Amino acid sequence: MLDLSIFEDKEFAQRILISIKRESDKIGREVKLMHVCGTHEDTVTRSGIRSLLPENVKIMSGPGCPVCITPAEDVARMIAIMRKAREEGEDIILTTFGDMYKIPTAVGSFADLRSQGFDVRIVYSIYDSYKIALENDKLVVHFSPGFETTTAPAAGILEEAIDEERDNFKIYSVHRLTPPAVEVLVKQGTVFDGLIAPGHVSVIIGVKGWEHISKEYGVPQVVAGFEPIDFLMGILMLLRQIRKGEAKVENEYTRVVRYEGNVEAQRSIERIFNVVDAKWRALGVFPKSGLELKKEFSDYEIRSFYDVEVPKMPEVEKGCICGAVLRGLALPTQCPLFGKVCTPRNPVGPCMVSYEGTCQIFYKYGSLL
Amino acid sequence: MCLAVPAKVVEIKGNIAIVDFGGVRREARIDFLRDVKIGDYVIVHTGFAIEKMDEKAALESLKAWEEIMSVLEE
Ligand code: SF4
Repeated sequence: MLDLSIFEDKEFAQRILISIKRESDKIGREVKLMHVCGTHEDTVTRSGIRSLLPENVKIMSGPGCPVCITPAEDVARMIAIMRKAREEGEDIILTTFGDMYKIPTAVGSFADLRSQGFDVRIVYSIYDSYKIALENDKLVVHFSPGFETTTAPAAGILEEAIDEERDNFKIYSVHRLTPPAVEVLVKQGTVFDGLIAPGHVSVIIGVKGWEHISKEYGVPQVVAGFEPIDFLMGILMLLRQIRKGEAKVENEYTRVVRYEGNVEAQRSIERIFNVVDAKWRALGVFPKSGLELKKEFSDYEIRSFYDVEVPKMPEVEKGCICGAVLRGLALPTQCPLFGKVCTPRNPVGPCMVSYEGTCQIFYKYGSLL
Repeated sequence: MCLAVPAKVVEIKGNIAIVDFGGVRREARIDFLRDVKIGDYVIVHTGFAIEKMDEKAALESLKAWEEIMSVLEE
């Protein structure tokens, strides 16, 4: 039996906190640490880590929510494709993840589309979506957001669809890469002293997938897991690097993450996708941060079959500061709408809709802040 | 959101495994894990097992941490 009880050991956590205090005293100035992962934010907020840390150690939350950064016009375009297909006599089955389903845009959400009688289904994985295609003659389209961890399964299923020449399964790819986003944040002036790199993105890309960021921008990094102990240890390892003036990538999550990553998954992603410049909702276009299907596989991308116009629309509602939250420049509590006008039941912006959105996570664990 | 808990592989059929999250069983594709065996613990993300959990590495890293901390505590 696997014994990981140490990762829940309170006494061990206490010892790490004492070491964190020592290190932060030695550094003696304010230190900003950033993470870029919704699950890390969940760990931090659920266990009240911000309140346990020394005053001069701040945790910022970056663009760690793939659903939040999916451009509104892509949702709008998918909605328009569904309508056009119906006009032309084809009823598409649209699948996507539960939080993507509810994301609001100026022209509505996928949930609204369903209430208008379209076949929209929530799935837990692209594999479930593919299984619907296997059982159906209708065209199944998976609206497919996600970072590397979710892109690998998408590539795996597409490889199977391609090899089996299945022609009733396609995706709408809004996949994004995380390291290019971190690079843009650094270049655009989000200031932080160290990065907690996302554990499960790193399962795919490996420790090596982050090395260029330490080398080129002098950012210390630690790949960390998702137990509170993992995150605290990540902080400690970062502080130690900062105190010593080092900038390298260390691996705290050695039980799962390898230096070279999952090479099979990387090969699959590379076979299916090309890296392109891509827009991030409320953040702008990031160079080489998006994935689109290679030309030879364009029959598996729904946009190859439908050319629809979508109106220009605002990225987020007036007053919503999701952009600043996603850049790690503000925490949700700095948004005047947070908890008053904007709640998970009545979300104003995408960061309140997704389970991975910093605003929703703050709201959910509000009592611990 | 990423599932942090590992699942135990209880059955393998081709590229599909049945995995057990402490009582809850689910299907997971194992396309990206070449040498996964029954009894292994795996991290599953959106229906795919993406990596095996390496208990030995976990214990080794723990030892390394203990060392780091005892240096800091001196
Ligand atoms: S609380 Fe709501 S309105 Fe404010 S930034 Fe978050 S999502 Fe936007």
